Amino acid sequence: MKKLINGVDNIVDEMLEGMVAAYPQYIRRLDGFDVVVRAGGSKGKVALVSGGGSGHEPAHGGYVGKGMLDGAIAGAVFTSPTPDQVYEAIKAADGGKGVLLVIKNYTGDVMNFEMAADMARDEGIEVEQVITADDVAVENSTWTTGRRGIAGTIFVHKIAGACAEAGGSLADVKRVAEKVIDNVRSMGMAVDACTVPAAGKPSFDLADDEIEIGIGIHGEPGVNREKIGTVNEISDKLLDKIFAEGIYNSGDEVAVMVNGMGGTPLMELFVANKHIKEVLDGKGIKVAKTLVGNYMTSLDMEGFSITLLKVDDELKKLLNAPADTPAFVQV
Amino acid sequence: MATRVYECLKAIGDKIIANKDFLTDLDREIGDADHGVNMARGFQAVIEKVPEDEADIGAALKKTGMTLLSTVGGASGPLYGTAYMEVAKIFAGKDTVNAEDFKLALEAAIAGIQKRGKAEKGEKTMLDALMPAHDAFSEQLASGADLVTALDAACVAANEGVEFTKTIAATKGRASYLGERSIGHQDPGATSATMTLEVIRDFLKG
Repeated sequence: MKKLINGVDNIVDEMLEGMVAAYPQYIRRLDGFDVVVRAGGSKGKVALVSGGGSGHEPAHGGYVGKGMLDGAIAGAVFTSPTPDQVYEAIKAADGGKGVLLVIKNYTGDVMNFEMAADMARDEGIEVEQVITADDVAVENSTWTTGRRGIAGTIFVHKIAGACAEAGGSLADVKRVAEKVIDNVRSMGMAVDACTVPAAGKPSFDLADDEIEIGIGIHGEPGVNREKIGTVNEISDKLLDKIFAEGIYNSGDEVAVMVNGMGGTPLMELFVANKHIKEVLDGKGIKVAKTLVGNYMTSLDMEGFSITLLKVDDELKKLLNAPADTPAFVQV
Repeated sequence: MATRVYECLKAIGDKIIANKDFLTDLDREIGDADHGVNMARGFQAVIEKVPEDEADIGAALKKTGMTLLSTVGGASGPLYGTAYMEVAKIFAGKDTVNAEDFKLALEAAIAGIQKRGKAEKGEKTMLDALMPAHDAFSEQLASGADLVTALDAACVAANEGVEFTKTIAATKGRASYLGERSIGHQDPGATSATMTLEVIRDFLKG
């Protein structure tokens, strides 16, 4: 394993210190916790709190700032943060109007965030939650934990964050967050696995000509292993699965995210986007906004995910509202 | 001088820490390659934070549960944390372990894990080790066996449970995303739960 680290034990701590040192105008760290909150606080507005395991940078701390999140918790690499950490984030982010937790659908995340929410409610803080589950690679059935939350979560941060910034009530903010969740779907693939620092070796092994379709964002193997094709062919595969949801039809308007997994050159993401745009044009689906970049990564994994969000006037307005955070600035 | 309960917790911790890579490798096959790393971090904290002279078994286990909850993370943190805290209630104010309490403790641990994880038997989780262990333990107890004999039977059943997890697909937790591809691999949580029971048995024997 070759990594730019000082040791595997202090990575999260050192990362957070480095983030805060880079963006003191946006974020500050809660003393003694792996939590960042807005530098100026969140008084008088509904607060959005999200988080999860580390290794998905810039998620989630990079989205703390005006128009997006109010607090973010960083767990160990690919490991949900613990309830005490989430609880501190809720307390610190609460501006008196209640807190919405944005949780990605993983067994551990849901358990830890729910325990923290219970603790915060005991203290009289109004807490609601939404669970993102946009990954269509995983079949949603009563026999599984349900779909995973992946890159589509960033659209929830952006849109619910804009609603909260505009003075929306906790119920309003939760409603638009759920509207995003209902209309957003993603699917990803890997050319090569990531290496969790503490594990020291790649999470799965792929031959030189193999790819893994339907990977998550934690180095967990995907649903299908196959020979590599062109990026157009691979994008078609991901899009077909997303279109099979039946949500995106001719005449609809969508926001697109072409998300790098951490080790993918932007050049390749743009090549993918060229084709994605052509496919959407061909289907008569209008692109309202496109984001191409590393928004929800998986350490050094090589690969990408495609996310589509169907937007109406309300979602479009919130999506285009200003945001000012370390990782997402929109004027 | 360390109390018996502390020594037992330390023995569990030592076993988990010694098997950090083994448990992580099991998790790499079907999960996200962190079970051993997370549990080892948690038990390192348990060894440091539980007072060596704590004689109240309930108090020591409660501290263990709280520590695991705040250091392990993932799904294992809330599940093991809840299990230890539920078991702590059975042993509150006690400084010895008898067979009847141990049976109640197994029941409490299973109930806590089920409540938190919303899982049933046969979903490729730690319950597939703990539930057969409880059944075997109760059966032995009903036929008049002592604590250690019943625990021996529980450990055999737990190991069979681990073997059973190799034959089924996961329907809970991160391994469930693999569907049928999870068959053939043993569940890391069932494995660490079985290790825990074995350490307790060896400790009570020794």
